[in-house]
Amino acid sequence: MSDVIENGGTSRGDASTLTKKEFTSDQEPRWCPGCGDYAILSAVQAFMPELGIEPHKTVFVSGIGCSGRFTYYMDTYGMHGIHGRAPALATGIAVAAPELSVWVVTGDGDGLSIGGNHLIHALRRNVDIKILLFNNQIYGLTKGQYSPTSEEGKVTKSTPFGSVDHPFNPIALALGVEATFVARTVDNDRQHLTEVLRRAAQHKGTAFVEIYQNCNVFNDGAFDLLRDKAQGKHNQIRLEHGEPIVFDEGNRCVRVGENGRYEIAPTAETDPDGIVVHDAHGRPSLAFALAHLSRGPDEPSCIGVFHEVERPVYGQAIQHQLQAAKERLGAGDLDALLHVGDTWTVE
Amino acid sequence: MSKAVRERERIVVRFAGDSGDGMQLTGDRFTSATAVLGNDLATLPDFPAEIRAPAGTVHGVSAFQIQFASNDITTPGDHADVLVAMNPAALKADLDKVGKGGVLILNEDSFTERNVQKAGYTADPLQDGTLDGYQVYKVPMTSITVRATEGIGIGKKESERAKNMFALGLVSWMFGRPTETTLNWLEKKFGSRQEIFDANVAAFKAGYNFGETTELFAESYKVEAAPQVPGTYRNIDGATALAWGLIAASERSGLPLFYASYPITPASELLHELSRHKNFGVVTIQAEDEIAAANIALGAAFSGQLAVTGTSGPGIDLKAETIGLAVIMELPMIIVDVQRAGPSTGMPTKTEQADLLLAMYGRHGESPLPIVSASTPAECFTAALEAARIAVRYRTPVILLSDTFIANSSEPWPIPEVESLPSIEPEFATPNGQDFLPYSRDEKLARPWAIPGTPGLVHRIGGLERQDGTGNISYDAANHELMTRLRQAKVDGIADDIPALEVEDPSGEAELLVLGWGSSLGTITAAVARARADGRSVATAHLRHLNPFPTNTGEIVRAYRKVLIPEMNMGQLAALIRARYLVDAASYSKVQGLPIFAEELEHEIARVLDE
Ligand code: SF4
Repeated sequence: MSDVIENGGTSRGDASTLTKKEFTSDQEPRWCPGCGDYAILSAVQAFMPELGIEPHKTVFVSGIGCSGRFTYYMDTYGMHGIHGRAPALATGIAVAAPELSVWVVTGDGDGLSIGGNHLIHALRRNVDIKILLFNNQIYGLTKGQYSPTSEEGKVTKSTPFGSVDHPFNPIALALGVEATFVARTVDNDRQHLTEVLRRAAQHKGTAFVEIYQNCNVFNDGAFDLLRDKAQGKHNQIRLEHGEPIVFDEGNRCVRVGENGRYEIAPTAETDPDGIVVHDAHGRPSLAFALAHLSRGPDEPSCIGVFHEVERPVYGQAIQHQLQAAKERLGAGDLDALLHVGDTWTVE
Repeated sequence: MSKAVRERERIVVRFAGDSGDGMQLTGDRFTSATAVLGNDLATLPDFPAEIRAPAGTVHGVSAFQIQFASNDITTPGDHADVLVAMNPAALKADLDKVGKGGVLILNEDSFTERNVQKAGYTADPLQDGTLDGYQVYKVPMTSITVRATEGIGIGKKESERAKNMFALGLVSWMFGRPTETTLNWLEKKFGSRQEIFDANVAAFKAGYNFGETTELFAESYKVEAAPQVPGTYRNIDGATALAWGLIAASERSGLPLFYASYPITPASELLHELSRHKNFGVVTIQAEDEIAAANIALGAAFSGQLAVTGTSGPGIDLKAETIGLAVIMELPMIIVDVQRAGPSTGMPTKTEQADLLLAMYGRHGESPLPIVSASTPAECFTAALEAARIAVRYRTPVILLSDTFIANSSEPWPIPEVESLPSIEPEFATPNGQDFLPYSRDEKLARPWAIPGTPGLVHRIGGLERQDGTGNISYDAANHELMTRLRQAKVDGIADDIPALEVEDPSGEAELLVLGWGSSLGTITAAVARARADGRSVATAHLRHLNPFPTNTGEIVRAYRKVLIPEMNMGQLAALIRARYLVDAASYSKVQGLPIFAEELEHEIARVLDE
């Protein structure tokens, strides 16, 4: 076990000669041509050197689904686990080796369906891992069934008459279990994606990043309203801490409506003092309201950091307990342990 | 007045009462005093299945049985010589566990009409002849205890609660147990709460003196110390021994112990015990579910820890996919299965050894792994060390089988010297300047254990089939066959690295071999001893490694005309032995959630030999 480290974040140092190349493995990515995963991979590989953490001190952990392959393309340590369990594997790694930078790559099926339990418990514990959830609102690897984020009425191979399932709102879910860092970005906006990764990496504890990712084979265009350059500039609600929430080239804003509900309104018709100023460090209920501004990515939706607060980091708390026990009881003495309580000697 | 003392070679005492009566504690204290006297002993707690079964009902009865003797014994005894029953329900639940002519010590105060009814009796068993043929002693334990604790300044409820100490005192007198062990313990436990301490001491002494002075008991018994090999001994139960064995493995390997688990009866004790030893650097995590526990442990294994997850049968079902992942990742990990009666939720507090085939085959695909099993409570210590040795040396998940019976029961244990324990070498991979091949193999076919943080060894592992050597994903047909055979050969090869199966055949002319595994060891030893005393020649052998079997297993089972395999299952080891060695091994099976009794097995041995 390594010594307790006080810095729970994964951003350490900046002096570095690392380049994207050091984080790129010799395995050729095998996603469908045009898949949003390529853009995310490229952004992550390009971003990692900035952290100043060498590849051998970095671990990527993934589960099953198209996103699961991500691990093989990063030239870092990697664990490609079974379906849904990546947050649990990563918890074991992060607790055992707190000096490592540990990243989880998961998808909407892997992370929110079969692995939902591990995701919420990792967020609750605030393990020092960074979770990237590629949300494409479909099962891609199994060739097109609806997922827990697919919209109601979604017609897929397994729902020929339309899905009757109500979808998860991943941001609201993470906020509901009191995640300490909750953000959303989109696969094709390299600059925004990188900025969110940067903030996530700096965060001490679990960072949850939902990435709207286009599956051009089974769910093409699901996020066009936000991804498409022309449409995106009207429909992306960019969140900046401390800034009034205005979008659509200044034409629309978010204000507090009746019963305290957040609503979208024309800026021209809104009292400037009534425009919501984003507070990422406040109560989770503020972020929760922003998460519910839209029903889904087919309406104007927020991107950026919804929520960012500090709470004790799980692995550090464990290390502190070990340390405290050693100080109080002295380092473990096996011989003394075996003799504790009633013993007797036969001559 | 001094009374007659009668010598006995062995005695079985059973304490039974309501869950709230403190019978486990009473039994535990009696065990300690017995151990200190140097008797050989074996114990068996018998908990109620429900945590809060209604007081006074048969479902709420909690019992503790101990056999102690002046010679070597191996089981807690088939039938009790003495039953201490704190209420009518305890009598009702346990009377059939007392041998004919046995001694019944009953708390007379509790035999009210209401309690008798609650226990399910239609008439008062003290009056209606139910107890004919037993030696019955009616002792008003509650009222004497209340009187003995008068003036101490505690309420009636609290003073009544001390009646288990009265019972302990009385039975301690009956069997000449030393009082200091109990008094010292009471001081440690209650020393800071003066009144409670005083009340318990008063009740204990009242019980002891009651035996000494009343006319009721004509005699007491003496059981001489059993001859023991020189050394320092302690009493130990299987759950503690297993936990300490894991800590010892951590100390002997230099690997930090990392235990992830989800609460489950009867494996939770392991989590509780390990959680207490953080000063050994033991990390314990109570995971969100069984699957998480296995994965958290596997993540820790990747990071170079001595990773362990513990559970019982239902948890093994849930962990199966992760264990398979550990098989293909070829990482060291220990999975402890404290077996209980199944299927499904089954009987959580009752014992069984029916997970052998689950451990062996309970994963999809060809997914071999080594299986180690403990045969006695103390042996859980060495079994844990052995599981760790194999896991670390061969970089493989290992299933360690224990069961409810050995986890809960206890026996005297000669405490080993720490230096005499095997040392375990993790041998982490280090860079050698060449391209790192995560699926290259050493002479034991183990792959390198390269932990994150090591420069030059960056690599990815996963559940997809690996290419030999490079560890890259491979769907190549020939490679899959090669890897499947390599994984099997690695596990099979462990046979060369474990002790040969030992046969015990004193006459050298036995025609019957009784072959066992796990907790039936005690029963087999006792039953075979009786059969031999009857002039029969019987050989025994006991398997501690269930996969692979020791290399001489086939030779041994083929050397006897008859092979009998007693198991608390429907014949799982028998099936493996028959399939593997093509011998006509017979199965003797008992699936009642109870250990096999020596008497039952003795009859079966006679039957098999006489047929
Ligand atoms: S199926 Fe969809 S998500 Fe999967 S690789 Fe193809 S495009 Fe990408």
